Amino acid sequence: MYTKDGEKYFIVDAHIALWDARPENQLNIHGKQFIDCFYDYHRNLSPESEVWPYEDYLYQGGQRLMKDLFEDGYVDHAIFQPAHLGAFYRNGFGQTEEAFALTQQHPDKLTYNHCWDPRNEQDGLDQLRRDAERFGLKGAKLYTAEWHGDSRGYKLDSYWSRKYLETAQELGIRNIHVHKGPTIRPLDRDAFDVADIDKVATDFTELNFVVEHCGLPRLEDFCWIATQEPNVHAGLAVAIPFMHTRPRYFAQIIGELLYWLDENRIQFSSDYALWTPRWLIERFVDFQIPEDMTEYAPLTTAQKKKILGLNAAAMYDIPVPDELQLPREEPQAAAVA
Amino acid sequence: MVTEAQARRALDTVVDPELDEPITDLGFVRSLSVSGPDVTVHLRLPTSFCAPNFAYLMAADAKDALSALPGAGTVSVFLDDHHDSDLINRGLAADAGYHGTFGDEAEESLDELRTIFRRKAHTAAMERVLTGMLRDGLREDELHDVVLGDLPPGPATTALLRRREALGLACEPSAFALVDEHGNRYPREEVPLRLRLARSVRISIEGNSHFCRGLLRTRYPESAADQTPEKEKVS
Repeated sequence: MYTKDGEKYFIVDAHIALWDARPENQLNIHGKQFIDCFYDYHRNLSPESEVWPYEDYLYQGGQRLMKDLFEDGYVDHAIFQPAHLGAFYRNGFGQTEEAFALTQQHPDKLTYNHCWDPRNEQDGLDQLRRDAERFGLKGAKLYTAEWHGDSRGYKLDSYWSRKYLETAQELGIRNIHVHKGPTIRPLDRDAFDVADIDKVATDFTELNFVVEHCGLPRLEDFCWIATQEPNVHAGLAVAIPFMHTRPRYFAQIIGELLYWLDENRIQFSSDYALWTPRWLIERFVDFQIPEDMTEYAPLTTAQKKKILGLNAAAMYDIPVPDELQLPREEPQAAAVA
Repeated sequence: MVTEAQARRALDTVVDPELDEPITDLGFVRSLSVSGPDVTVHLRLPTSFCAPNFAYLMAADAKDALSALPGAGTVSVFLDDHHDSDLINRGLAADAGYHGTFGDEAEESLDELRTIFRRKAHTAAMERVLTGMLRDGLREDELHDVVLGDLPPGPATTALLRRREALGLACEPSAFALVDEHGNRYPREEVPLRLRLARSVRISIEGNSHFCRGLLRTRYPESAADQTPEKEKVS
């Protein structure tokens, strides 16, 4: 919980990771390139006081994660969204066993979402059923730019991907977090195209599709899709640190999201350990649309409360203490599919 | 014989299609060396994982622009520190073309990709000019009838005309300004929505440009000196 000026905010960090990118876990040069790319994101968008040494960034461990999120970071509940990246890391990038063990120790604070890759076809589908039972899955993280054999990415509307989504729907895995990285095959197309989200959102209306980093770098295409598909949501990972480096740009992002979606379909996430939540939460609560940007309405406290936690809590049935709910005259829309 | 100034001017014509800015302004040219007729260029990008199709387009366009200089001899273009550097550099050295470089990951061509981003660049340029006119007192219900001859002279209008030309749209003063990618006007009642959509395209491109420039400076601190000052485009 975060308190400022007498207002109390329930905080859900909807996208966190426990990763291991240390050299002994790197399978090849791409393992190093990947974490270096993350580290550049971290260095480029963090305030100087929040920049970690490279060695710390390679691996955090559960103890540090608990401290950064729950002791220092005001977070009430956080959701693991692991990326496997088996083509880059020996034991995967997201540390499944460590993250799940931590979730079992702190079930009130952590939710574990797992990942799948439709290119594993039937074997992966069988595994998904076992994973759903073992982890008690409510959600999953899909990284469409994952490399797999000769393939360097997949589309959500491919044959096997649809099979997995059907199974997820059947198993009650309702919240599908989609991370659109550069999907390379085929190279003729825009690698960041979000049109496949539109197709599956139309066909799987019982599922929520949370598009991480709100479709960036294709914010405009994402907004257009989300306007038409009520089960498409925006995750603020990667976008929210722009509050520090580019506050006027962030004002435009949040302004556009509120215009094209609405305040019930935007979720806070730090993308830990890309960034740490403490400074993001403090600054978001203080953030305001600049006065000269008259095309956007000022952000309200109620909107900030929804974005920082109440929206994701509703999607994941996370209990919120009464005193942290919005008052009755500003009801949370039951827009969650 | 080629001079370094000629080579640099040739590189000025190579544009990052996604950001709609010359690679020279973005700081993507890491080094340029000219020796008699021969030119060697190294390119650098903000991350190892920048989309390889755009990376290839820029590198191949750079090689084409330099090779077209009168008197050019051997032109060598290298893409540094990218996950597909080996593949792309081999393809460039052999003039293997898109298919020859990427094999079966390439289907037809990159023409459609180029077209998508030329259209986005036009949409953003159109919004920039028209929003400027709205700020100066034009009413939104007058937008539908604005023609190119009404646009205020200045860099924003010049940029819009250049992007219309790239798309093959009419550039005479009587042509309507708020149009789709084929030069057609929208129904009058759609004007507010179309302007809003165009704004989101402009914000997206400008935001990506901020991010890519910043990441490049983080990755290669010396690139800061090569980047042109960012225009304060974000309104």
